[in-house]
Amino acid sequence: MLTPKGRGTLSETAFQAMRSSSPVWRDVLRTLPDDDDDLHITLWALHELHYRGFEDVDDALEWQPELIELRRSLEHSFEQTLRDRAPETWPDDPDFAETFFTFVADHDGPSLAGHVQRDADHEQVLELLRMRSIYHLKESDPTAWVVPRLPVRAKAALMELQFDEYGCGDPNRLHAALFARGMDECGLRPEYGAYIDDVPLEVLEENNAMSLFGLNRRLRGASLGHLAAFEVTSSIPSRRIAQGLTRLGLPAAMVEYYTEHVEADAVHEQLAVRTICGSLLDDEPQLRDDMFFGAFTCLDLEDRFARRMLEAWAA
Amino acid sequence: MSGHDDHPDVILCAGGPMLLRGDHVIEDADGTQHRTVRPISAVCRCGKSASQPWCDGTHKLIPKQRRP
Ligand code: FES
Repeated sequence: MLTPKGRGTLSETAFQAMRSSSPVWRDVLRTLPDDDDDLHITLWALHELHYRGFEDVDDALEWQPELIELRRSLEHSFEQTLRDRAPETWPDDPDFAETFFTFVADHDGPSLAGHVQRDADHEQVLELLRMRSIYHLKESDPTAWVVPRLPVRAKAALMELQFDEYGCGDPNRLHAALFARGMDECGLRPEYGAYIDDVPLEVLEENNAMSLFGLNRRLRGASLGHLAAFEVTSSIPSRRIAQGLTRLGLPAAMVEYYTEHVEADAVHEQLAVRTICGSLLDDEPQLRDDMFFGAFTCLDLEDRFARRMLEAWAA
Repeated sequence: MSGHDDHPDVILCAGGPMLLRGDHVIEDADGTQHRTVRPISAVCRCGKSASQPWCDGTHKLIPKQRRP
């Protein structure tokens, strides 16, 4: 993958320096983002240096102090935004699993899955798949950063879930690979990050939140709360999407990606809430608020994305 | 406490499925056998799943008092 297109002064300056053989980091650190799009494409690219990187950027820049400084300042501002959007208090019933499932169930938002199931046309579904590809082609990777930061029981529990996400050792069953095969059969580009220049702010925010939570040890509670909310809101919508794709006659490989998630995530939601978050809270009860913060962020960012797409489609 | 007590093979989830660790063959009410395909499987206990015998999350759509 090459560096994305800049979306403003900061991203243009930063990406140019990242590609340059004699970068002037001072200019990068002096530049402020023009707007949220500019901030988030820059942050997305800085995070990407820790995943698979860019063909036009030296791998050594992953730990370039000025880029880390920039990443920290953008992350700080984004985290503040996310915390400002969140409620001030969280449910504090002692039964965590029950409380968490209820918290997610009570959250009411617009449904992209319902639109895909019943009304979306072919073009809208392909657009949605392009947007989703930014995450699904690195599915579970942001959560993998959390593994070494956990105490024994939560670590074993997270690995039990991740093992399934990563195909139980079979590259053909790795969820990101299933999605790539589906993209290919739909005539879309299956390469990692291929559609980054096409995605709106809301998709960048969803992806950046996962990386922010995954890459910062102090936010491990938020990362796992996000994971749990993601899994709890996956089975039923995945079935609706699979039905919509079947209605439109999309290729079997893409339908299978979603049907795989119906049963897989019915297991994963129980694991994420009970054995992962539940056991972590036994060991580190102070992470409870951040778990709800992560869960809220997951639900809220998906609402924002859904509203954006439904408005654009006048649905 | 032995490590075993922390790591059961079968977990009954309140209001939801039964989780099964490991490889099993399940015979449903019609006598059809289903082999597990993942390291942990969720067996439906509410009777409403469309993917019997596996849980598909549908139990969350039934009123709390009527869940398993
Ligand atoms: S227990 Fe989950 S659908 Fe029946």
